[in-house]
Amino acid sequence: MRFSYFVLRRWLYSILVLFGLSILIFIIARMLPGDPARLALGPFALQEQVEHLRHVMGMDKPLPLQYWTYITGIFHGDFGLSFQTRRNVALDIAHYLPATVELVLVAIVWVLVLGVPLGVLAARYKDSWVDNLVRVMAFIGVAVPPFVVGLFLQLTFSYLLGILPTTGRLSLMTPAPPLRTGLLLLDSLIEGDFSALGDALKHIILPSFAIAMTGIGQIARLTRASMSDVANQDYIEASRGFGIPNRVIAFKYMLKPASIAPLTILGLTFASELSNAFLVETVFAWPGLAKYGIRAILRKDFNAVMGVVLIIGLAFVIVNLIVDILAGYVDPRVRIKHEEGE
Amino acid sequence: MSTRASHHQVTTGLNETRWMIIKDRLGRGWYKFRRNPISLVGGVMVLLCVLLAIFAPYVTPYPKHAGAFTDFQNAFQAPSKSHWLGTDALGCDVFTRIIFGSRISLMLTAVVLGISVPVGVFLGLISGYMGGKTETVIMRVTDVFLSLPALVMALAICAAFTPSIDKAMLAVASIWWTWHCRLVNGITRSIKTEEFVQASKVLGASPLRIIFKDILPNCASPVIVKITLDAGFVILVGAGLSFLGLGAQPPAEDLGTMISFGAKYLPERWWMTVFPSLAIFFIILGFNLLGDGLRDVLAVEEGV
Repeated sequence: MRFSYFVLRRWLYSILVLFGLSILIFIIARMLPGDPARLALGPFALQEQVEHLRHVMGMDKPLPLQYWTYITGIFHGDFGLSFQTRRNVALDIAHYLPATVELVLVAIVWVLVLGVPLGVLAARYKDSWVDNLVRVMAFIGVAVPPFVVGLFLQLTFSYLLGILPTTGRLSLMTPAPPLRTGLLLLDSLIEGDFSALGDALKHIILPSFAIAMTGIGQIARLTRASMSDVANQDYIEASRGFGIPNRVIAFKYMLKPASIAPLTILGLTFASELSNAFLVETVFAWPGLAKYGIRAILRKDFNAVMGVVLIIGLAFVIVNLIVDILAGYVDPRVRIKHEEGE
Repeated sequence: MSTRASHHQVTTGLNETRWMIIKDRLGRGWYKFRRNPISLVGGVMVLLCVLLAIFAPYVTPYPKHAGAFTDFQNAFQAPSKSHWLGTDALGCDVFTRIIFGSRISLMLTAVVLGISVPVGVFLGLISGYMGGKTETVIMRVTDVFLSLPALVMALAICAAFTPSIDKAMLAVASIWWTWHCRLVNGITRSIKTEEFVQASKVLGASPLRIIFKDILPNCASPVIVKITLDAGFVILVGAGLSFLGLGAQPPAEDLGTMISFGAKYLPERWWMTVFPSLAIFFIILGFNLLGDGLRDVLAVEEGV
């Protein structure tokens, strides 16, 4: 299959999935027992006020029409009003999203910087302490809920050792850098404000690590497995024969072919980090999208819930798209597999 | 008469050989299982959890402390001889509540998998065997459900209801079928071209017979391994939901709820958080070890 054709197919498919997701979420939101207008106005509002709000929100129209209004609104950046903040949900999302993006990006850095080298070392020194460490981390990653990881990190590094802050993105004493991207690390770097940068770094270490834990274990184990597979290939034997040092063989000749398998599950890693963010942001009082979303769910703020879910769906679909295209680019076999899977 | 008798003999003979084959397989499986320390440890851990959960009222020192119970005079007691793992903000024995809490976790897994696995397997079989439009529709719906991380999708579904453990189970079950549907769909697609299925078809077997007698048994091993590995994952998602206040509501003795309440009293009253956390870790680890071991025993490919 030609590469461009593969990419095009993959794009169309992603759009279809997002469209399906929007319908599903819309149905869930409208299935709610009780009247959103009544919920928004409270029990003491007059019936006429409720009727008026229903009319304003377009809830007296048939469902397909409501869906059409909602979906065309989204293309204009209008996600509807949030009942709790009384603002357009799009504004709220723009306000809360950067904190979560920053958290997840740093978590991905953890996964790449710790997970891949740990996997390489574990494959190189089988049954050594590194190998055992990777095993233990993989098990903790799957068996310990991320909020528990977060709480234990907090207990150890904040309460017992007192070297890292417990909650939030910045200390109260640190003035925030002027808002540019919303990513504090980047903003303070642009501003050249290194005390703010250091403070923001200190705050992000624990929550991002708690989020990354699952991914580090997964990627390390997978890297180890595919490194061991590659190690049995003839050309590796040959380069050993040439007397090339083991370290060079491992990082220069084995890592690239061995990175295909970990690359394909990077999408899954991203998914686990997003869901972990929902739990870990609560532990560390991180003012991100996940925290906003959970408050919206608990208070039945439906436009907000739909907005958050669609944004996360969009992010997830885009990441999977990128990962698939990358994998298809590196490894042509993936393209064929994709066609067969259709 | 004689032919009938010999026929009878032949069938009993066949049954005997079949029985011997099954016995042989079971014996080998059990041997492998025993030789694999990881799966044995996992099995023992799971068995221990299940037994403790079943006999919770008899093995716990204060069965009354599960559910709604208050004894403010004994609140916030550190671990001691009378309260092994301390007491919580309402004076309930933490050890008792953990054992009863594991009941909720195990029930959650059982209900979720009990609903979602049959549905997923059935849809996977149908879509894989029928192909064409049926398959396209079923698999595209699956894709939509998988377009969000499991926990986020469960949260979104929970949003439509008042939070309770039943609704949490419903939410998780309504996404979990998709994994089994995909798995079984893949197996069915590859098996339906095999000769023995073609032979069945030629002999005039009905599609239902082919699906359930010829294809389904071949899905058993991967599905069993997946169920075992899923059990831990479902508990993880369930604990996450109740940690966020969308699962079991207090005063129910749910592990996730206990952790979220205990976290308010960190670090001084650490026992309220640390012990329920260890309990969750223990249960999930047990299922994962057992699943990994079963994968070796049943010779199922990695990646299921």
